[in-house]
Amino acid sequence: MNIGVLIPLIIFLIAIFAIGFIASKQMGSGGGFLQEYFLGGRELGGFVLAMTMVATYGSASSFLGGPGTAYTVGFGWALLAMTQVVTGYFVLLVLGKKFAILSRRYDAVTMIDFLKARYNSPAVAILSAIAIIVFLFSAMTAQWVGGGRLIESLTGLSYTSALFIFAVSVLIYVTIGGFRAVALTDAVQGAIMVVGTLVLLIGVIIAGGGIPAIMQDLVNENPNLVTPFGADRSLTPAYVSSFWILVGVGVVGLPQMVVRTMSYKSSRAMHRALAIGTIVTGFIMLNMHLIGIFARPVLPGIDVGDKVIPLIALDVLPPWLAGIVLAAPMAAIMSTVDSLLLLVSSAIVKDVYLSYVRPQATEKQVKTLSFGITGVLGVIVFLLALQPPDLLIFLNLFAFGGLEAAFIWPIVLGLYWKYGNKTGALASMVTGMASYIAIYLYNQANGDLLGVHAVTIPVVLSLAAFVIGSLAAKREPFQF
Amino acid sequence: MSAQHNNAQPKQDPRFKTAHKEAWIGAALAVFNFVWWYGFAYGLGSRPVDEYTYILGLPAWFFWSCVAGFVLMSIITVVLAKFVLTDMPLDDDPRYHPDALHSGNDTPTKKGPNS
Repeated sequence: MNIGVLIPLIIFLIAIFAIGFIASKQMGSGGGFLQEYFLGGRELGGFVLAMTMVATYGSASSFLGGPGTAYTVGFGWALLAMTQVVTGYFVLLVLGKKFAILSRRYDAVTMIDFLKARYNSPAVAILSAIAIIVFLFSAMTAQWVGGGRLIESLTGLSYTSALFIFAVSVLIYVTIGGFRAVALTDAVQGAIMVVGTLVLLIGVIIAGGGIPAIMQDLVNENPNLVTPFGADRSLTPAYVSSFWILVGVGVVGLPQMVVRTMSYKSSRAMHRALAIGTIVTGFIMLNMHLIGIFARPVLPGIDVGDKVIPLIALDVLPPWLAGIVLAAPMAAIMSTVDSLLLLVSSAIVKDVYLSYVRPQATEKQVKTLSFGITGVLGVIVFLLALQPPDLLIFLNLFAFGGLEAAFIWPIVLGLYWKYGNKTGALASMVTGMASYIAIYLYNQANGDLLGVHAVTIPVVLSLAAFVIGSLAAKREPFQF
Repeated sequence: MSAQHNNAQPKQDPRFKTAHKEAWIGAALAVFNFVWWYGFAYGLGSRPVDEYTYILGLPAWFFWSCVAGFVLMSIITVVLAKFVLTDMPLDDDPRYHPDALHSGNDTPTKKGPNS
C-alpha cells in the first residue's frame, strides 16, 4: 500500500463529497423535485454541460481498457479512439435546439418523456424503460468492476473491500445530490481528467527518452505498431471506420447523452459546450491513447490491459503526482456510474412508477422513492460486480451498442421526420436490439460479419424498420 | 393573423428552421471530419513503414489524421459557436402548439404528458 498515492485520492473523494452536499443544499430552489433531482433544474451552463458530457461518456474503457488496448495494438487503436472527437459537437448540434425547445414544451425530464410525448404510445415508453434498465445495468456493472479494480491495484486491498469503498462513495453523493451534484462533480472530474492525462503523457515521454526514441523502439519491436493496421495487421479500415457509429455519431442515441442535451440553460450555454466538449474530448482521447502506446517501450510485458495506466503512472511519476493523475480514471468511472445510476433510477421512478403505477403520488412519496430506488440499485450493482466478468471494455460496448441500435432513430427521426410514428419507433427499437444481440453473438463465434463492428448493421436495419414501419401505418404528419 | 394559416395547418415555430439548419451543419461536419480522418490515416499510413515520415516524432499519417484533424475540428467548432450558430430563447412558445389553431393563438396550451 502506498500512502503517498492514497492521500491525493482521498482528498479527491472528500472534495467530491463536499460538492454533493453543496448541490443538495441548492436543491428545491427552482422547479419541482423531479426537474431538480433528475435534470438539475435545466440550469447547466456551457462549461458544466461540456464537462458532464465528456465525463459521462469518457468511462472506464477510455481510461483503462482503451489505453490498455492501445498498448497492445499500437497506433491503430489510437486512430480508432479518435473517432470520438465527433461526439463533442455532433450530439449537441444534431439534437440541438429543437430537442431543447421540445423537451421544455413537453415538460420532459427523461428521454422517455420525450418519446412518450412524440409517439403517444405506452408500448414505446415501456419498451424504452426496459431497454434502459437492462442495458445500462450491464454498463454500470462494467464500470463498477473498473472502479473496484483501480482501487484494488492502488491500495492492495482485496477486490471486495475496494469495490465496497467505491460503491459507498458513489452512492452517497448521487443519492443525496441528484443530477446537479452529478453534473457539478463531473465538471471537477473532467478538469482532473484533462490535467491528469497531460501530466501523465509528459511523464511517459520523458521516461521513454523523447517521442523519436519511443517511435524507434516501437518500430524495432514490431513495425506494425506504428501503422493504422494494428500489431497483427488485423485492424481493417472497415472495422476501424465502423467505430464512427459505435463511439461517434451513434452516441446520439445514448440516453445518458440525450438527457444532457435537455438540461442546458440557454442556447449560448449549448454553443460554448459544443466547442469545449470537442476540445476536451479530443484532448483526453489523444493523450490517453498516446500514453498507452508510449508505455510499451517504457514498461514492457504488461499482460492485463486495464492495469497499464495505473502501473505506468506509478512507474513514471512521483507517488503524490501519481495519486492526482490516477484520480482521473477514478473520476471518469465515478462520473459515468453516477449518471447511469441516476438514469436507471429515473426510468424506474418517473417512467414506470409515476406514469403507470401511481400517477397521483405526492411530492414527498416521489422524493423518498427516488432516494430509495437509487440506493437499492447501487446495492444490486455492487452485488453483481462482486463476481466481475472479464473483458471490461466489451461488456461496456455491448450496452452502448444495444442502446444506440434501439434509440438512435426514434430520437433523431422523431425530431426531424414528421411522418415518423409509433409503429416505426416500435419496429425500429425491436429490430435494433434484437439484431444487435444476434449479430453480437454471431460475431463472438464467427468473427465480424462484413468486417465491421456489431453495431453497424443493426443501426442500418433499425433505420429501415423505422421508415417501413412508419409508412406502413397511417401516414399522418406529426405537429411538433 | 388568420391570413397566415389559411391552409388549416398551425404555423411552425420559426425557431425550428434555424434548428434544422444547425442540425444539418452537425451532420455535414461529421462527414467532413470522417473524410479528413480516413483520407490521411489510410492515404499516408498504407505505405511501407520504412517510407514513413514523422512530424513532432509521430508518424505523419497519425499526425495529419488525428492531431491536425482534432485541432482543425476544434477551431471549426469555436468559429461555429462564436459566429455561426444563432442565439435564441429555448422556452416554450404556446403560439406554435399544434392545438393553438383550435384554442386561439394567445391562450397557453396544455403541456406535455405529466405536468
